[in-house]
Amino acid sequence: MSTESPTARIARLEAHEFFRGLPAGLVRAAAGAAALRSYRVGEFLLREGRDAEEFIAVEQGKVALEVFAADRARLTVQTVGPGEVLGWSWLLSPHRWTLDAIASKPTQVVAVNAAVLRERLAAHPEEGYAFLLRLLPVLAGRLHGLRVQLLEADVL
Amino acid sequence: MSSERATSGGLPVGPAGPYAPVPYRVRSRTEETADIATLVLAPVDGAVTPSSAPGQFNMLYAFGIGEAAISISGAPDGALVHTVQALGATSRALFAAPPGSCVGVRGPYGNGWPLERAVGRDVVLAAGGLGLPPLRPLLYRLLAERERFGRIEVVYGARTPKSLVFYEEIQRWRARSDLRFQVTVDAAGRDWYGDVGVVTTRLPDARFDPANTVAFVCGPEVMMRFTAKALLERGVPAEAIFLSMERNMKCAVGFCGHCQFGPEFVCRDGPVLPYARIAPYLGVREL
Repeated sequence: MSTESPTARIARLEAHEFFRGLPAGLVRAAAGAAALRSYRVGEFLLREGRDAEEFIAVEQGKVALEVFAADRARLTVQTVGPGEVLGWSWLLSPHRWTLDAIASKPTQVVAVNAAVLRERLAAHPEEGYAFLLRLLPVLAGRLHGLRVQLLEADVL
Repeated sequence: MSSERATSGGLPVGPAGPYAPVPYRVRSRTEETADIATLVLAPVDGAVTPSSAPGQFNMLYAFGIGEAAISISGAPDGALVHTVQALGATSRALFAAPPGSCVGVRGPYGNGWPLERAVGRDVVLAAGGLGLPPLRPLLYRLLAERERFGRIEVVYGARTPKSLVFYEEIQRWRARSDLRFQVTVDAAGRDWYGDVGVVTTRLPDARFDPANTVAFVCGPEVMMRFTAKALLERGVPAEAIFLSMERNMKCAVGFCGHCQFGPEFVCRDGPVLPYARIAPYLGVREL
């Protein structure tokens, strides 16, 4: 996003479903610490165990979230598409990704520097609260999906 | 010899009475997955296959083993189509029935999907697992009378890519411009480039006017419960959401009570029931 004007960066984030309606100061701060990235099919966006240094919002394409066990093939447990965000490990200590994310379509994301974002959220609790209210439904949605999968799998 | 089937009190009656199955021959068998097969059946005696409405079911009898309620997944001219998953002794026998073999058929039973409620409205079909076969005849009707309906959104979820049924037909549906057909699976390997997540994760992407939408939902009960909740949250009225319930049906004509669900007999009052009517019972433990 280095070739974009600050106004265009802000507009890009404001157009993203996750950021839409969040406090303007927070969106401006995030835009100032954001980079636009593109991934080809099969390229990793995140690797399990690595430092979670960015908050990633998907603009285009599709990202598969994969879990890995030594005794079985890699398993995609969720796909994330335009308007959605990847994970929350960047927010929670020790800031390490807990799964892999791989592009399953040509993908474009906005990656916000996690350290800058954490600092901003801590320094502006009202913005932090608004941000968490936006992020919590993402967590709740993943948890809900896993519950349904568990019930449908009839393992209880 | 060709003959029409009789009815009694609106219920179909075979030549030997309402509980006697009529012999049908398996005309063809398509293995959809490792444990799901689609059977095309035609009457052995050359009689006319009774007409059926989308969403109705038949009692299929594996001779000498038992009877099971199986939804009608298609009704081409003069034949019946059923898609069967091998789960118990009876369904395993039906699943394995080779072309040329005989099965017994009683029916069709039940009320079917209330298609007329959808006229002039957007239509959402949400299917989980083996919930797609009972919705397939409805989709045929919607497409045959396409101009009578608004947007058509189909969301179909299965456990894995290998458990998807009607795979080639789905590719044809997905290629059409007059409906949107989303497919998602619960989990997949690297060879799957589609969506992964439960059916409810795809509903936010579905395009419809909630206040002017009718939704038809079929799948595991937990999937239907959460799908109905997600539709309600999108603004679809409870009265416009219809679920196809599954219970242990025996007589299929509302006598034995095996399929009772709250005040409803699923075989007689359903299997398609309005969410608004059955919502209180969906949350009752062990009902």
